[in-house]
Amino acid sequence: MALLQIAEPGMSTAPHQHRLAVGIDLGTTNSLVSTVRSGLAVVLDDEAGHSLLPSVVRYHATGQVDVGYAAKSAQNSDPHNTIVSVKRFMGRGIADIKDIASLPYRFVDAPGMVQLRTAAGVKSPVEVSAEVLKALRQRAQAALDGELVGAVITVPAYFDDAQRQATKDAAQLAGLNVLRLLNEPTAAAIAYGLDNASEGVYAVYDLGGGTFDISILRLSKGVFEVLATNGDSALGGDDFDQRIFCWMLEQGRFEPLSAGDMRLLLTKARDAKEALTEHTEVRVTAVLSTGEMMDATLTQAAFNAMTAGLVNKTLAPTRKALRDAGLAADAVKGVVMVGGSTRMPCVRQAVADFFRQTPLTNLDPDKVVALGAAMQADVLAGNRAGDDWLLLDVIPLSLGLETMGGLTEKVIPRNTTIPTARAQEFTTFKDGQTAMSVHVLQGERELASDCRSLARFELRGIPPMVAGAARIRVTFQVDADGLLSVSAREQSSGVEASVQVKPSYGLGDEDITRMLKDAFTHAKDDMYARALNEQIVDAQGLIAATRAAMAEDGALLDAAESAAIEAGIGALERLLSSPDAGLDHHLTIKRGIEALNAASTEFAQRRMDRNVRRAMAGQKLETFG
Amino acid sequence: MDFSQTYFELFGLPQAYVLDRARLDAAYRELQTTVHPDRFAAQPGAEQRVAMQWATQVNEAYQTLKHPVNRGVYLLRLQGIDALAADNTKMSPAFLVQQMEWRESIEDARADKSVTALDALSGDLRAAHRRIEAQLAELIDTAHDFAAASEAVRQLRFMDKLIAEVGDVYEELES
Repeated sequence: MALLQIAEPGMSTAPHQHRLAVGIDLGTTNSLVSTVRSGLAVVLDDEAGHSLLPSVVRYHATGQVDVGYAAKSAQNSDPHNTIVSVKRFMGRGIADIKDIASLPYRFVDAPGMVQLRTAAGVKSPVEVSAEVLKALRQRAQAALDGELVGAVITVPAYFDDAQRQATKDAAQLAGLNVLRLLNEPTAAAIAYGLDNASEGVYAVYDLGGGTFDISILRLSKGVFEVLATNGDSALGGDDFDQRIFCWMLEQGRFEPLSAGDMRLLLTKARDAKEALTEHTEVRVTAVLSTGEMMDATLTQAAFNAMTAGLVNKTLAPTRKALRDAGLAADAVKGVVMVGGSTRMPCVRQAVADFFRQTPLTNLDPDKVVALGAAMQADVLAGNRAGDDWLLLDVIPLSLGLETMGGLTEKVIPRNTTIPTARAQEFTTFKDGQTAMSVHVLQGERELASDCRSLARFELRGIPPMVAGAARIRVTFQVDADGLLSVSAREQSSGVEASVQVKPSYGLGDEDITRMLKDAFTHAKDDMYARALNEQIVDAQGLIAATRAAMAEDGALLDAAESAAIEAGIGALERLLSSPDAGLDHHLTIKRGIEALNAASTEFAQRRMDRNVRRAMAGQKLETFG
Repeated sequence: MDFSQTYFELFGLPQAYVLDRARLDAAYRELQTTVHPDRFAAQPGAEQRVAMQWATQVNEAYQTLKHPVNRGVYLLRLQGIDALAADNTKMSPAFLVQQMEWRESIEDARADKSVTALDALSGDLRAAHRRIEAQLAELIDTAHDFAAASEAVRQLRFMDKLIAEVGDVYEELES
């Protein structure tokens, strides 16, 4: 039963219900879901009391899908159909996966992302991730006893546009409304910073199962400002397992391994790594399906030696991030450790040596990201006045265009604060050129072919002119999720073209629609009811908020302007009360919402101008007073 | 949003090259705290859109004023001068010679794999950067010699490139 809720004084401005929102840490190895209850972030456990959900999905030939512990227990016996660490394949092609030979999957080289052949058919990493997200959504809805308004989903800060887009697609497929894609180290910084009321420059060192991030943040009066971020989206605890696995192969001199034995040894490798966190040596034993045996001892010293290169690989991005932030290591007040792999003593030691201080490990490195995500979800769902803290995050990799000669021209440099928009002018190369191909790139390298290709589109219908006379303005826009859209416009003729960057890598809208259809088998009515319900809730919220704004600031409008907004409200209310006019009623309501939004844009602008004047007046008093 | 307002007016700062960085940072945080879309999460779409435009503009303004080259380019643009125009390339021969010498020093440090040499070079480059910044402040704020200021901006941009190259060599030597 849902209890009636009483807001804390000053907790919420609007007299609306508490909206259920969650934070999800979609990890390489494990995933978690958490929420804010009575002002406190908590991780939601499953019925058996587990907080962590292993990010493992098993497909049966019957179509049944196991997620979590049930799937994990089958990873040795059913390696082809049991997908672990799928996050490493998100937004990635077959050529991007370094250790493909030692992975027990049947990869399919698809034109978009790599895919996996399972007993239940070919699955995209997006679909596999969606199964994990679906399990977490169900867990949250059971625990909170209601429908979620949305989720904040964390991604590695160093994820590029393709990986972010793939994550967002997976969430959509799992029936989650994404309030925000939030960078994992930033989420950790919120949880840590708010918990400790920290001020000053902090580093977040986040080594997970498959990804590494380093972020440098300045915490000041509730503003979390990311100064620089760097990392390696293909470096994590799995690589440490791989090193032990290679050591095992040397020890055992086995015949070529079956997929099941390969997975068995990888599992044993992970167990050995975890044991070495507490012990100085560990005995490693295994019996393979061939009857071959292994029995050897791995010391912590030997493990440290074989993984020193990996630990070092985290320090290069760390130096880069500090350089980009314009800071020396000793300017960092504290180093927050995040991710299960930071439990390894060799990692802690390396970080301590580098920053010349003991890293902060007082928050559970497995949970801190999910907790921070839940706190941000609470803000974005509108449950707080929102004046407690503010996040200012950055893009991790430069965004640019391919120019003549296959070179990259950077339009937005890495570590630019989002949201951001920047325009650059280009011109034609040949006399009479009427079309221009725009190739959008992400990365730091000078050659376009060394950067990741995000999208290509064409601007056609440029009036013929001599070479260099056309003025083509290309505008890049990065939203608060770090996702890019690009548009191009020829200035003299006004010819325009634009793309929402759906990476050349990744899934098109048709793919998502197909998958959604596959997922909702008894679908159409459900989807329709859901869409209609969402629009009705949005419309009601908009009407209430607009009325509240009118009551508060109606003085900013003249009579005619007030009347126009009132008319928009009236029109939308009539749509809501009119009998359901058929299957596209939700679209009609959506248009009504857009119309009211358009009618109140000028009003919103005036309110904002007034707020800015007030804020800056206070600023001047503070500075001079 | 009043787009005719200069970035300096936006942050309530005097229009000058010399900048009180602490005041800029404080004003930036105050403004973002006021306009950022996350503050309007519970508000309707119109407010969200206006907030997004504002937050984008405030970020752009902050990046422009914070960065020594961008600030110079911006101040000159307010004077109707495009310091980075393709036909605006005048550069003193002495600076060009000095720049070539620095470039050779970077190559030498790379060849010798000498972090010490890089450290020394990095110190020199930063000192030169500060010197040019001081000149630029003098040229823009006091002498109002915008032609000379344009050249100083271009020199500063060269310095940024050199410093970035040193960073690349550090990375090379570290890996």
